[in-house]
Amino acid sequence: MQASKRTVGSDVLRFPDYPVQGLAGTSFKPEHLPAILAEGSRHGFFEVHAENYMGAGGAPHLALSRIRQDYPVSLHGVCMSIGGPRPLDRDHLARFKGVVDRYEPALVSEHLAWSTHDTTYFNDLLPLPYNRSTLELVASHIDQVQETIGRKILLENPSSYLVFEESTMPETEFIRQISERTGCGLLLDVNNVFVSAANIGSSAMEYLADYPLNLVEEIHLAGHSEQETEEGELLLIDSHDGPVSDAVWKLFEIVIARSGPIATLIEWDSAVPDWPILHREAIAAQAILDRGQHIEMPHGDAYAISR
Amino acid sequence: MRFPAENPAMEEKLDFAAYFAGGLLDPHREIPECVSDPRGKSAERRYNIYRNNVIVSLIDALAAIFPATQRITGPEFFRAMARFHIRATPPSSPLLFEYGHDFPAFIERYEYARDMPWLADVARLERAWLDAYHAADEPPLAKEALSQVPPELLGCLRFRRHPAARLVCSNYPVVDIFNANRSDAAVGKIAAATAQSALITRPAFDVELRGLPKDAEVFLSRLLEGGSLEVAAASAFEVSSEFDLASTISMMIEAGVFTATFPGEVQHGY
Ligand SMILES: [Fe+2]
Repeated sequence: MQASKRTVGSDVLRFPDYPVQGLAGTSFKPEHLPAILAEGSRHGFFEVHAENYMGAGGAPHLALSRIRQDYPVSLHGVCMSIGGPRPLDRDHLARFKGVVDRYEPALVSEHLAWSTHDTTYFNDLLPLPYNRSTLELVASHIDQVQETIGRKILLENPSSYLVFEESTMPETEFIRQISERTGCGLLLDVNNVFVSAANIGSSAMEYLADYPLNLVEEIHLAGHSEQETEEGELLLIDSHDGPVSDAVWKLFEIVIARSGPIATLIEWDSAVPDWPILHREAIAAQAILDRGQHIEMPHGDAYAISR
Repeated sequence: MRFPAENPAMEEKLDFAAYFAGGLLDPHREIPECVSDPRGKSAERRYNIYRNNVIVSLIDALAAIFPATQRITGPEFFRAMARFHIRATPPSSPLLFEYGHDFPAFIERYEYARDMPWLADVARLERAWLDAYHAADEPPLAKEALSQVPPELLGCLRFRRHPAARLVCSNYPVVDIFNANRSDAAVGKIAAATAQSALITRPAFDVELRGLPKDAEVFLSRLLEGGSLEVAAASAFEVSSEFDLASTISMMIEAGVFTATFPGEVQHGY
């Protein structure tokens, strides 16, 4: 089911090359389309899950084509299984390339995770140990994706709930080496940093200090939920079902102060609110990005990379 | 390009996924030994977060594909039934909008659903509806297409199926049940005795649904199989001498069941 490059009218789609850098955007939910068009601000960007646009035709493509005429789009893959030990699914890779070619997205990203093993697709972002074997594995998969689609992808840090005994290096080091070997960029999910730190009992600030911020081309912000274990221990779940928490906003401000403005997405995937509420989160992120433009970078700060 | 996973020596060190995947859909399986709780406690609680994410997200995926089925059974019944199905037949493709093609047959065998014999057909119709929703875009046959065919050639005319067009045959009023349960409105009384077949099409971007009497269903079945107009009409008249050929033809053109006509024998690879 190769995605066609043609619409019903059979004209090849050619979209404007809108820049995305320094803009705040939101997940695109088709139910918001009328409100987005009515408002007509044409400011910001939208991110979609690539898999939702891998059908042959119909309303999803109509809606995304309409959005893409007026806005830059970020294409976010959620099930390439880059972190899994099995060879990548070539059919899926071909479909992914089809969506990239069709919509000419400003950003393309995938997860440091796996979701398929043998013949089962688990529909979740599953974790992997960080060591030399998995480094080689993930790097070869990213090489394969980038060669296939003919462009760089951004790799997103996961949310963690447990640790692997076989891990021999910190996540930040793993991600840095992956980027060095493959030339991929990074998608920094600040909510995932916060959730993982709380669950693993590490420090989000230390993570950000070790993380190669100079390679980040997109940031994710999202809401999380809390779950208490029988022993009264608090676990955070990366649920994307509510507003961004105060602590995550604070971390975001710290990142932007160091890095300068970066395309920033509000992820909201379940219990999706009406458009004005989602849009308000993006406006809040945009205010921080705009302020970041004027922040004086301290001299000698390794992270104050001009962008 | 190298693929470490195709190298057997490397595979040894990359068995984390096999261990981790093993218990995700099996609540009785021991949790994998390769993972631990960073505070040194049992990792079971944390592994269960993944177990829960997997099963809940897949149940939600089925509920999104089969909303009328869920409304008929109620969410509790539906989620229990979906959980059994997912454990027996988990998705094999990452495209979840293609999941659930085996679910109607599972419902048919599901012992707690035996007193709802129409339920599997409703699920079949919902699955076909989603297939039509995602089908390739193609303009349907023009309204005047048949009037341009010389009358002596009409009988041997054949039709090319539109990518979205589907027929779901049922011994129950499946279209009425579907319509009553795909909205939030109260469900009125539906006569269980009327057999109905569903014609699903998508002439542009909206999926359309029509209930068909038996004669029209047989007529369209023949045409969809590649039979000629003459053969299809004869089959429909065998079912009912009152078959309305003219209005069935104009209905099928309006619904967008076909994209083109062609004369004579079935042309393979047309
Ligand atoms: Fe994210």
